[in-house]
Amino acid sequence: MKKNGLFSRLFMGLVFLFLYAPIFVLIVFSFNATKSRTVWGGFSLDWYAKLFQNTQIMGALYTTLLVSVIAAAIATIAGTAAAIGFYSMKRRPRTLCLSVNNIPMTNADIVTGVSLMLLFVFAGRFLPFKQGFATLLIAHITFDIPYVILSVLPKLRQLDANIYEAAQDLGATGFLAFRKVVLPEIMPGVLNGMLIAFTMSIDDFVISYFTAGSQTSTLAMVIYSMTRRKISPEINALSTLMFLVVLALLLVINIRQANQDKAAKKKADKLAAPGSAALLDTQK
Amino acid sequence: MRSKRNQILAVPYVVWMAVFVVVPLLLIVVYAFTTKDGSFTLANFSTMNQYLGVFGNSFFLALVATAICILLGYPLAYFLARSGHRMKGVAMMLIMLPMWMNFLLRTYSWMSLLEDTGLINRLLQSIRFFDLWNGIFGTNIEFFHMINTPGAVVLGMVYNFLPFMVLPIFSVIEKIDSRVIEAAQDLGANSRRVFQKVVFPLSLPGVLSGITMVFIPSVSTFVITKLLGGGMTMMLGDLIEMQFLGAAYNPHLGSAISLVMMIVVLICMAVMNRFGEGEEEAMLL
Repeated sequence: MKKNGLFSRLFMGLVFLFLYAPIFVLIVFSFNATKSRTVWGGFSLDWYAKLFQNTQIMGALYTTLLVSVIAAAIATIAGTAAAIGFYSMKRRPRTLCLSVNNIPMTNADIVTGVSLMLLFVFAGRFLPFKQGFATLLIAHITFDIPYVILSVLPKLRQLDANIYEAAQDLGATGFLAFRKVVLPEIMPGVLNGMLIAFTMSIDDFVISYFTAGSQTSTLAMVIYSMTRRKISPEINALSTLMFLVVLALLLVINIRQANQDKAAKKKADKLAAPGSAALLDTQK
Repeated sequence: MRSKRNQILAVPYVVWMAVFVVVPLLLIVVYAFTTKDGSFTLANFSTMNQYLGVFGNSFFLALVATAICILLGYPLAYFLARSGHRMKGVAMMLIMLPMWMNFLLRTYSWMSLLEDTGLINRLLQSIRFFDLWNGIFGTNIEFFHMINTPGAVVLGMVYNFLPFMVLPIFSVIEKIDSRVIEAAQDLGANSRRVFQKVVFPLSLPGVLSGITMVFIPSVSTFVITKLLGGGMTMMLGDLIEMQFLGAAYNPHLGSAISLVMMIVVLICMAVMNRFGEGEEEAMLL
């Protein structure tokens, strides 16, 4: 295919400007000395200092991280197990399971949220519990697992069935063969699934909003309740910090990937031309 | 690996799905067809008549947002797929990065940009744009009124859901075998015809999955309308939210509205499945 011309570069630039303008504004105004979000009143780091003293925001941040980590961890283990189970099934039950698995992903978030809320309200009539952290966690696990399954299943399909059998022929028990042979092969899918699950949990607002009850709040819920009055610039400071953390993480991943590619290429070059290198040596 | 014994591993999750996916959906159906005291009724659906405007409004705005997402997202995905290896990595990162920031914050930030005394209007004032505008059109305005309009709501949807359009299209275009394109060129097709006859048809599954991924959250949003629509534009999401957590508490009506919306989603999915296989992979990036 042809390389991009001036028009396409300009187009891409404008779309990226559109995507980043609000983020830029958010970051700039986190350093604003006044509380206004449109008028610049001088540079200050006050909002960063105040952020760490704000117990409401810090508490919500803690809840968000806690629920995301636990939900992603449980979803990764349960989802990987379920993916192997699905993979072992006959065609028909597998198709059925996968369609049900797809429901939380394709349904509108608000429908997933209110349906779970109905369940919790309904169950609350018979069981002594209230909506809170536990129900929030259940909801997060429920919408996280499908992503793990969909990211592990393709890896299982790519797996060479013979290597598992070979390991067993060589005397490994079922679990040992799984741990030593299968798991390393599907690991990229498992990790990818975990990452998607964690991202989904961190980013979720709608489902949490309907399932967390009135006592528990995630960060998104605090922000939402603030938008009804006025968002305090402390939130700008927090999102700037989060943005930087994510940016750093992505950069590290990208650079590592690039280095690995380079190393792999070098290795391949060396392997491809050992004869020619030897030839050069003898000519000297 | 594919042994019968391993099927047991799926059992816990199948039970989990039954309790937390299937039963809640059945509850929605039950609530939709019952009254407060538990007797059967269709009244929830007939009272929905008064909200026909909201249905129409939601579908119209979501359609407009989806169309704009295609117009912006398709070229972007196409140009990105043609970029060099390095550029591709960076650009993908730039598209994913905003998704990691809470969407409420990013949407809220648009408020600062769009307000009557917001940053865009201030910028235009500072370059004396409105003098020029008034001079040409004979008007007498000092700012553009952008916030709290349906246009702002559409902008918010496009902004939030554009990545969901770009990513599936990008992954599909990237997977197109370059030999297919070369073959078309060898057979005498110019670049326009190559696009028309080869690239575009092969990228359709990505577009279709992008459409579902943009349309469904758009039609059911209630946050974007609250923040950028100022409560002036009512959408299905607002309606449902009101019935469950808002002032008009009525989970039965809310369930009925959700049910109708879900059926529309199901119809969409059925149409999608008829069009393209390979959907599953496109969705996973």
